[in-house]
Amino acid sequence: MSNTDSQGPIWEVFIQSKPGLAHKHVGNLHAADKEMALQNARDLYTRRQEGTCIWVVPFEAIVSSTPEDDEAFFEPSNDKAYRTPIHYVMPEGAKHI
Amino acid sequence: MEDIKKLEEFQAKIDAEIKIEPKDWMPEDYRKHLQRQISQHAHSEIIGMQPEGNWLLRAPSLRAKVVLLAKIQDEAGHGLYLYSAAETLGKSRTEYLNELKTGKAKYSSIFNYPTLTWADMGAVGWLVDGAAIVNQVSLQRTSYGPYARGMVKICKEESFHQRQGYEIIADMAKGTPEQKEMAQDALNRFWWPSIMMFGPHDSDSPNTGNAVKWKIKRATNDQLRQSFIDKTVHQAEIIGLTIPDPDLKWNEERGSYDFGEMDWDEFWSVVKGGGPCSKQRLKHYNDAHNNGEWVREAAKAYTDKQTSKQNVA
Repeated sequence: MSNTDSQGPIWEVFIQSKPGLAHKHVGNLHAADKEMALQNARDLYTRRQEGTCIWVVPFEAIVSSTPEDDEAFFEPSNDKAYRTPIHYVMPEGAKHI
Repeated sequence: MEDIKKLEEFQAKIDAEIKIEPKDWMPEDYRKHLQRQISQHAHSEIIGMQPEGNWLLRAPSLRAKVVLLAKIQDEAGHGLYLYSAAETLGKSRTEYLNELKTGKAKYSSIFNYPTLTWADMGAVGWLVDGAAIVNQVSLQRTSYGPYARGMVKICKEESFHQRQGYEIIADMAKGTPEQKEMAQDALNRFWWPSIMMFGPHDSDSPNTGNAVKWKIKRATNDQLRQSFIDKTVHQAEIIGLTIPDPDLKWNEERGSYDFGEMDWDEFWSVVKGGGPCSKQRLKHYNDAHNNGEWVREAAKAYTDKQTSKQNVA
């Protein structure tokens, strides 16, 4: 394989579908640099008015938790129902609370 | 021992309809099956641009040309979504592309048939995309997260493809006698290859067992084929065309159409590279890739220059 056969690094793509909403991950692509990544993201992920703003982020820059972290990261919240409103008993007849 | 436990946990997740994500443990055979299936699917989208590209410069109206161009661009996009999903399984884009370039990887045999007339653009959209959609709708529920997400996106975009094809063939079917004959001829040539797109009968499909157990496939080849035939027969009838199968008959008891046996000798011969356009498709793909060499070279040179400038600053 020649040196120039490279597809370039991976860029993850996030799109804001309309003002006021959060950017959402939609997929990824390969590109040599950030400008090409943005251009390619426009062609690949917004052919049908999918959004009003695009972020491209180098895949290498993303730090992800792994399934091994699940227990330490996410299980502690299982027994903390007091962090949700349904945990609390309201006096009968109380409204708008 | 640990693997048996992991395998049980894996199967329990599958049974509970919990998607498998790239970092999760998965059996090696599950990974291999997906690498093969998703990359073949991607290659099919990419090679699938060629039979339609053949008519781009001869489309009969500006509207037809704009539509065909958008459809071909979608196919390229779908190929890229699928390569992205395949890459999450620990194999690089370049590796997958090399397998296509060297002919080691397969793609759907349907694209090794020529598109001889404009009516073929109708048949391809109506039947080939129609069959692909039946398969892809079912794959939206596949157990591997990235593949399922890709399928959802593809199905959403794909829905116009079949309609544009059906519109073309319906228009020709109500045109001059010559045009109607052309439409019938396209149906005659594409019918059998289309229903063979679903692959061999379940009884002759060695990969079906695990693929169903692991919910990679949500329906078998024969189930999907039947579903496609059942919805397509009526579409042929209302535009006055005849499906070229003398054994096609409504079966009241099954609530489905019975149909004739496919020519499996032809199927396997085309799968093994003996299709009318097999060599041409692969050569064209390689030529296009090689012609893009200067673009990749320039992009890399530009990036290297930017990076070295940054380092100096």
